[in-house]
Amino acid sequence: MVERSPVLNMLCHAILIAGALTVCIPLYFAFVAGSLTVAEVQKVPLPWLPGGQFFDNLQLAWSKGNFSRTFTNSIIVALGITAGKIAVSLLSAFAITYFRFRYRMLAFWLIFMSLMLPIEVRIVPTFEAVANAALPLQWLLDTLRVADLWRWISGHEVAIALEWNMVNTYPGLILPLIASATATFLFRQFFLTIPEELCEAARLDGASPLHFFWSILLPLSVPNMVALAIILFLFGWNQYLWPLLFTTDKEMATAVIALKGLIPRSDSEPAWNIAMSGALLTMLPPVLVVLLLQRWFIKGLVDSSK
Amino acid sequence: MPAAVAGSSRRSGRRRPREEAGLKRANFGDSPGLPTLLLLPQLLILLFFFFIPSLRALMQSVLLSDPFGTNVQFVWFDNFKTLLASGDYRQSIAVTFWFTVAQNVLTLGSALVLAFATDRIVRGRSAYRTIILLPYAIAPAIAGILWAFLFNPAVGPLAQVLHGLGIAWDPNLNPTDALILVTLAASWKHICYDYIFLVVGLLAVPVSLMEAAAVDGAGPIRRFVSIALPMLGPTIFFLTVMNFIYGFFETFAIIDAVTKGGPAGATNILVYKVFVDGFVNLDLGSSAAQSVLLMSFALICTLLQFRYFDRKVNYGV
Repeated sequence: MVERSPVLNMLCHAILIAGALTVCIPLYFAFVAGSLTVAEVQKVPLPWLPGGQFFDNLQLAWSKGNFSRTFTNSIIVALGITAGKIAVSLLSAFAITYFRFRYRMLAFWLIFMSLMLPIEVRIVPTFEAVANAALPLQWLLDTLRVADLWRWISGHEVAIALEWNMVNTYPGLILPLIASATATFLFRQFFLTIPEELCEAARLDGASPLHFFWSILLPLSVPNMVALAIILFLFGWNQYLWPLLFTTDKEMATAVIALKGLIPRSDSEPAWNIAMSGALLTMLPPVLVVLLLQRWFIKGLVDSSK
Repeated sequence: MPAAVAGSSRRSGRRRPREEAGLKRANFGDSPGLPTLLLLPQLLILLFFFFIPSLRALMQSVLLSDPFGTNVQFVWFDNFKTLLASGDYRQSIAVTFWFTVAQNVLTLGSALVLAFATDRIVRGRSAYRTIILLPYAIAPAIAGILWAFLFNPAVGPLAQVLHGLGIAWDPNLNPTDALILVTLAASWKHICYDYIFLVVGLLAVPVSLMEAAAVDGAGPIRRFVSIALPMLGPTIFFLTVMNFIYGFFETFAIIDAVTKGGPAGATNILVYKVFVDGFVNLDLGSSAAQSVLLMSFALICTLLQFRYFDRKVNYGV
């Protein structure tokens, strides 16, 4: 930087090479194991060079993990979460920065509070909420004794039982993960940097709020949306806990969950070659996204935690 | 952000454009209809999947119910008392603590060294950065599976190296080995996160300061420790909090895919215990009480995180 110090520079390269190797070693061995036969993968020591079974193993992993179905599910869920989060947050950010209304700060704080409650900590109640999304309405009816009221009015005995089961459905996988305080704040921060004149000009021209949103705000937000979309796609693809809970049906599982089924357990044949092929397959889409869109990815990562 | 909350926008008789926190000066005025509609999707999802479940967790934590939900009893804080008295829960706290601290030190330490090295060199910087960032794209569960293979006592290449050195490595039987395994996997997955923030943070350290120190005879390492590190303070603080959140909540997948909390509860971190007690043992009261305790922890983390925003603004780092 300021002075030349070849020794320190060499040391820095050595450190970075060590770091890069640490990242690559698990990936390399996954590749090696994924290219061996079951017999070869059990040999001690494990060969250091790949064998010739790579594509056969990929094929086997693809069919064993039901990947033609689970990959589709993963894509739908990841894209659904990405699009949903961005849409929902854009609208809320627009509402709290561009409108003066009585409950503005309340809405802001409600969204803010959700930041403090990572969804992992209330696994059971959230599962209940997905198993029957109509439950809160049911409580309301029960508390207000609507059934009794109806009997009193009409003389008929009724039992109101509402049910909206979202287990094993795409909405059940997507909706609980869509609300996003961070994305809302990201867009809010961005909107606050947009010159006031743009909105004034739009209003002078008689543009409606939605028109302003659609033709001015949205196009300006595209870079932020792209950066955020990459992070959200990775987040959606790599989800584990919710697909694990909400998909009792194997056909609705995501790729990451299907991969779990390929890991050899102590009582089964140690087919690590198939497991590693499956791992490579499952990590491929997000890794490609990061490699291809790196500049945007870094921007999204740094932005989205501000 | 949160500090600058304006009072509620009371409607006075005459409308007078007042400065309000986070509101554009040029705005679309007072009508509440459209903004409500715009906020509705977010608020409804929050209501159904955040607020009601959180309230339910609070309620369940003071109730005692059998697994079939037929017999429910209000028991005040008994669930918490039982929980804090139970050896399993204390073990889980200890495990979570060591796991998170070890992962934090390993992650932040490596990331600092790597970021320092990246900042020093000119050639090949983006190539190194690309490779080191890769684990961010890989799901925690997959990171766990990769390391489980490397350290699998029967077939794993690294386990074979350890065996060659005379170490009886077996994470399926030895609690310490299991904890080391998940810590390594969790750190491997997360170093890239700390790394990129530190690299970005180092770019913001003024070159003039570094040059002045160099003129005064401070070497590169001295400059890093005395100038860059203090300026990175807020970032490091933020990363520490984020690492704790990661260790507490997001490593669930690693534990479930690799060790399932075993052997003998050695890797049964708190968030995994909530899951096991709620879904496997069907002990709803205890699981809810654990949820509530974890929520309080998450709350503290988030509030701490906000100190970062304040300081970030002050120092412009």
